[in-house]
Amino acid sequence: MKLVILDDYEQASEWAAKYIRNKIIKFLPSEDKYFTLGLPTGSTPLGCYRKLIEYHQAGDLSFKYVKTFNMDEYVGLPSGHPESYHSYMWNNFFKFVDIQPQNAHILNGNASDLQAECDSFEKKIADAGGIDLFVGGIGPDGHIAFNEPGSSLVSRTRVKTLAKDTIVANARFFGNDLSKVPTMTLTVGVGTVMDAREVMILITGAHKAFALYKAIEEGVNHMWTVSAFQQHPHTVFVCDEDATLELRVKTVKYFKGLMHVHNQLVDPLHSMKDHKD
Amino acid sequence: MPSNKSVSDEPITQFINCRILRHHKLQREDLWVRGGKILDPEKLFFDEEGFADYRIDCENRIIAPGFIDVQINGGYGIDFSQASDDYSLGIAMVAKKLLQHGVTSFCPTIVTSPPAIYQQVPMHYSHIHTWFIVMSWASVLRIFPFSFSPPLSFVLPQIRVQNGGPDGAGILGVHLEGPFISKEKKGAHPPQFIRSFNIGAIADLLEIYGQLDNVTMVTLAPELPNSGPVIQELARRGIIVSLGHSVANLSQAEAAVLQGSTFITHLFNAMLPFHHRDPGIVGLLTSEKVPAQNRIFYGMIADGIHTHPAALRIAHRAHPKGLVLVTDAVPAMGLPAGCHSLGQQEIHIDGLHAYVAGTTTLSGSIATMDMCVRHFRDASGCSEEAALEAASLHPAELLNLTHCKGTLDYGSDADFVVLDESFTVRETYIAGQQVWKK
Repeated sequence: MKLVILDDYEQASEWAAKYIRNKIIKFLPSEDKYFTLGLPTGSTPLGCYRKLIEYHQAGDLSFKYVKTFNMDEYVGLPSGHPESYHSYMWNNFFKFVDIQPQNAHILNGNASDLQAECDSFEKKIADAGGIDLFVGGIGPDGHIAFNEPGSSLVSRTRVKTLAKDTIVANARFFGNDLSKVPTMTLTVGVGTVMDAREVMILITGAHKAFALYKAIEEGVNHMWTVSAFQQHPHTVFVCDEDATLELRVKTVKYFKGLMHVHNQLVDPLHSMKDHKD
Repeated sequence: MPSNKSVSDEPITQFINCRILRHHKLQREDLWVRGGKILDPEKLFFDEEGFADYRIDCENRIIAPGFIDVQINGGYGIDFSQASDDYSLGIAMVAKKLLQHGVTSFCPTIVTSPPAIYQQVPMHYSHIHTWFIVMSWASVLRIFPFSFSPPLSFVLPQIRVQNGGPDGAGILGVHLEGPFISKEKKGAHPPQFIRSFNIGAIADLLEIYGQLDNVTMVTLAPELPNSGPVIQELARRGIIVSLGHSVANLSQAEAAVLQGSTFITHLFNAMLPFHHRDPGIVGLLTSEKVPAQNRIFYGMIADGIHTHPAALRIAHRAHPKGLVLVTDAVPAMGLPAGCHSLGQQEIHIDGLHAYVAGTTTLSGSIATMDMCVRHFRDASGCSEEAALEAASLHPAELLNLTHCKGTLDYGSDADFVVLDESFTVRETYIAGQQVWKK
């Protein structure tokens, strides 16, 4: 894996956004060859989305030939509900960029047959030729997407019931009324994300530090599902100083020492303008 | 781009680079319009996989819901209370002129007038016969083109509720200000036509007005005997009852509110002044007798003349959510200084002041709605949002029209105004169509 450590949240967000930007542009997406991107929600990726929007508005990055697949969505929230992940993606990303609506895929939590919806999502990913880069986050309990502790490390897209901790943590978005918080979600499986050609995990903040430690310094364990990516050939973990607080000094020093190599992935920074015909 | 897969064929317009008034805040958001209504872009994106057909750059301007004027007596020489052969054309002309003030809907107001103004008085047969002979000869002699309809002496039946468009602002209905008002607080209304209730039933109103179709609001003085049942019946019919031109004390005003009144006509003007032991109608703004779920609204002429800025601030601070900006514009609005007619009287214009000729009694203002919005914002120090809502959301709430007017909520009629930072009107839109541009 590559462990990329930046000083703070802003810099980590920017590094991640630059990485995504370079990946898309060097791919040279076109009508015959779409770039497929897996996307997360939550507070961690907001800074990254902001930078991507900036790059788009400056004319350096286009999403016209990008297909996106989000990781998860709540079950049973009415469409248009402000806390749904559809709303999150629209308000924080889609409405600012030029992605074509039919290329933005998010699981439908109101489908009449939920498992069929999950299977159909897997098929859409396969039909798109698989995912080029899956961007994700990590929960304080080390989960990737909604693959809570105990999820199979080879799982596929399916319905999951949320852990009590997650429901309590989410209550603040539902007026602190536990009865209004969804208890089930549709989520891509650990196996689904492992199938991506490349994976980038964003981890910022001290409250995620223990999970990061478990994910990369301990063994592969279904109690800390992000640890599965130790077995993926191309994983990048992008984090800030605070997220490294539970790591061994040796680990941190080693990867910080490699920053000059990692930075070659974001510098030089490419632009769509370089490739205008 | 591939073909738009949306469920409707109508073109979609996206207004970008603007600040829009939504959920009581001016926010940097795009405004989407389709089929004359405000469109939800998130639903369009996910449910229809649709996108905009046209993008209009608003150059960083403000988009607010179109202004609604619930008290306007005329303008540009047209008097809504005076009958004429081309009355319909006159109203249409004013409706079109109002677009440049950002007004997209209004209530033509008829002041205290004789019954003949309100209703079609049937002509006697012999008069019709004579008129017919005269018209025939006149057309043969080519003096007048032949016309089958006799000259119209009435006004009220000629005003119909209608949607706005490129031809002018929409008419929401008529505001009948009088004749059931107090003689002591007549203002510019002609005293000889002021009346009181005979039996206190809707029959009194129908006797004067003829009919109440297309009537949205009635201003009356609640202290008139037998007003209670009249107020109740009007409220039951969905007609807004407004208290004004009255010497009612607070108890009488509160009783009227409990019977169904929801508006005060031009607060402070034509009513008893606020007194600390009997606040009068003004006291309704903070009255405990007004049920919590009923909001009392009050019209404010914010032209800098009818209300002292300090009084405007007191009212606004006491009850900010009830303030409704009105112009109470007289026919002279839009015209140069001089003498003009209003109802049955003569008016004298001097600068921004309009007086009953020969007196110091104000007879309505000649400020336009956008001037009122600017003055209100400056004099009260209120937020930009509050100033805009006083001219759009609050009148819509008063008239129970918020499902389609007064907001930029999804599904609302796309009636809106584009303003620059100084709140000068730059463009006006009705049903998503540009109907005026500076």
